[in-house]
Amino acid sequence: MHPTIEVTGLRKRFGRTLALDGMTFTVRPGQVTGFVGPNGAGKSTTMRVILGLDAPDEGRALIGGRPYAGLRTPLRQVGALLDAGALQPGRTARDHLLWLAHSQGLGGRRVDEVLEQVGLGPVARRRAGGFSLGMRQRLGIAAALLGDPPVLLLDEPVNGLDPEGIVWMRGLLRSLAAEGRAVLVSSHLMSELQDTADHLVVVGRGRVIADTGVAELIAAASRGRVTVRTPARAEAVPVLGRAGAAVATGDGDTLVVSGLPAERVVAVLNAGAVPFSEVAAYRVTLEQAYLDLTGGAAEYRGVAR
Amino acid sequence: MRPLPSGRAGFHRLLRAEWTKLRTVRGWVATLATAALVVVLLGVTSAAGSHASCAGAGGAEVACPPPVTGPGGQAVTDKFFFVHRALTGDGGITARLTSMTGRIRKPDVTPGERNLVAGVVPWAKAGVMIKAGTGQGSAYAAVMMTGRHGVRMQHDFVHDRAGRPGGVSPRSPRWLRLARSGDTLTGYESADGATWTRIGTATLAGLPRTVRIGLFATSPGDLTVTQGDLGGSVAAERFTEATGEFDHVTVSGGTAGDGTGDGTGDGVRAWREDDLGATVDPGGSVHHPGRAARSGDSFSVTGAGDIAPAVEGTTAERPLSGALAALVLVIVVAVRFVTAEYRYGLIRTTLLAGPRRGRTLLAKALVLGLVTFAATLPAVAAAFVVGGRLLRSNGNAVLPVPLSTQVRVVAGTAALLALAAVLALALGALLRRSVAAVIAAVVVIVVPHVLATTSVLPDGAARWLLRLTPAAGFAVQQSVPAYPQVVAHYAPIAGFYPLPPWAGLAVPAGYAALALAAAVLRLRGTDA
Repeated sequence: MHPTIEVTGLRKRFGRTLALDGMTFTVRPGQVTGFVGPNGAGKSTTMRVILGLDAPDEGRALIGGRPYAGLRTPLRQVGALLDAGALQPGRTARDHLLWLAHSQGLGGRRVDEVLEQVGLGPVARRRAGGFSLGMRQRLGIAAALLGDPPVLLLDEPVNGLDPEGIVWMRGLLRSLAAEGRAVLVSSHLMSELQDTADHLVVVGRGRVIADTGVAELIAAASRGRVTVRTPARAEAVPVLGRAGAAVATGDGDTLVVSGLPAERVVAVLNAGAVPFSEVAAYRVTLEQAYLDLTGGAAEYRGVAR
Repeated sequence: MRPLPSGRAGFHRLLRAEWTKLRTVRGWVATLATAALVVVLLGVTSAAGSHASCAGAGGAEVACPPPVTGPGGQAVTDKFFFVHRALTGDGGITARLTSMTGRIRKPDVTPGERNLVAGVVPWAKAGVMIKAGTGQGSAYAAVMMTGRHGVRMQHDFVHDRAGRPGGVSPRSPRWLRLARSGDTLTGYESADGATWTRIGTATLAGLPRTVRIGLFATSPGDLTVTQGDLGGSVAAERFTEATGEFDHVTVSGGTAGDGTGDGTGDGVRAWREDDLGATVDPGGSVHHPGRAARSGDSFSVTGAGDIAPAVEGTTAERPLSGALAALVLVIVVAVRFVTAEYRYGLIRTTLLAGPRRGRTLLAKALVLGLVTFAATLPAVAAAFVVGGRLLRSNGNAVLPVPLSTQVRVVAGTAALLALAAVLALALGALLRRSVAAVIAAVVVIVVPHVLATTSVLPDGAARWLLRLTPAAGFAVQQSVPAYPQVVAHYAPIAGFYPLPPWAGLAVPAGYAALALAAAVLRLRGTDA
């Protein structure tokens, strides 16, 4: 099986709400694909459709070229974390994984492996009902990893994790992708994906707004702007303006310059004898890029495809 | 990345997963264990508290005699007046019955004054008989006239074959004949003594070479069932007797040992009379004695009692009363086994592991059914065996039943619990709410049984409940069947179900299958 997720033209209506409106994208192996959008954008519904839990009104979702329901031992093909709270409180962590393992022809040894992998070894025989949100999240990850699947779908996996857990999760996601797996991670917070995702599928109102690499997205949002750190902002502004740049004031003693590349800015400032301490390419955060994108969605629609 | 292990989602994996799910929730295991314990404890304590004794000579309490059993192992009534002689080897008896009369005791009009009226009850019997001996319960075959069911050939208490219907009078007498050839006895009837019609044959394995052959009469008690004031019904049985007038009586074959020749000849010594199974009053006199009179080849025989399987008494399934309470516990576990998945959102995880939803739900139902059966079977068996022993040691005359029936009652009860579990699970999957599903399951299985077997409903309504609702499955517990040739109060309250055991069990099985199919459709048709 080629580890991909292909989503084509999904449409689904819940009563009067159009939850999915032609959702189309592909998740490729070897990278972490961030699946972002505001709450209600259709991320969870798309994931449930991919996993065969919800039926779309139109369109289809294939994993390695087959619908989920057609997969033999599905947990060995696709690992999913949807709702970490979905646990029988009276069952121990190990027993929760054990029935899943048995359903896929796996045994207790594999269960113990994944419990160690997610750091739940010491509490394996405790009832899941007493677990914190973070522990449940780790148990959910363990369930997703149980079948050693080439495709992973994780819905808000960082939810409830402490800072240490967040770092661990990022490392885990990166290493899973590095092993050649296709990893789809949804989040409503772009910042969570800042150092994790290689690729982004940005959705809003049930459709894809942007399907792009993280680096390209940030570069596009930065629009070749340059930051200048100078103690003489008042002198720098007219000098740069005469050279044809648009200048905006940034925080503290910085200026954000657009319309001139960095070398020209340095040259113009030197020529004007304006002192400066730093000239650097302006980098928006992923979050800013995202806000840019969702704010002026029309400009970007279809840009990356 | 290493290659994927290949594998097929076998049904056995789904079964194993559901078994792991079931056994890893302590509350469910404990509840099922409690259900098993309830079956044993209720059965044993009710048996231990059930004492019986009979009045002996001088009114003293003595242990009741064990019930008389027939050749088939069932409890039987073997009480009749017999005029008989020996028959060695092959031979037969022919007699013409010219009248059948009787008396029935009705409720006293004047207190203390016996109110006897003339009449014959439907299953009063008079006719010819060959019997292994005069011991109660010994093998026999007989051709007889009955009060309202025409001529019959019966043998070994439970077997009954109809001859020609109609009555008997001096103007239209009935000729009866019974012939022995080895172990095979053949019955005939005739209207004129010339043209004979074969009614049937009976094979009495192990019939001794010398048997008793002769004429008999008996008459079962007159049963009246009245509607109780608070629902239910009250059954009362009153004394009756029947008299058969025979002539042209001939016995053929080896009667030489009696000192008579062809049997038509005399030898007063040859004919003997026995009031089989007659009750002796504490004073020593026979209660309702039978009698016979003879003149040449004419006989008048009067008897009271019956020759039939016994259907009243302590039944073998009595110690299984705990099954009903256990059923409620089983229902709770069965419902929770599926509704917990909805309550905690686990259903999605379950469907991710087994996306073919129908198979996944079937696996769940099958595991639950098998586990319920396995958990309750030893408990039911223990209650049956231990409870039965306690009942007998406490003086109760437990109606004996064949081993195959015992196995059916025990295994059937466990199967009923298993089917009820599957039905409850299906209701849980349909309703997705514990409380609603538990109530629904109790209402369709437990409540109808309680209503039908306690004095709440009229018999007719009770029977319909036990035909139409899943409670019909309790029929599998009935160890003593209802016999058409025995008039008794075959009502649910007396432990008699309107459907035969397996047909009864098929009703909850059908409901479980239907509910499960509906649950599969619902699960398939909706987003999880």
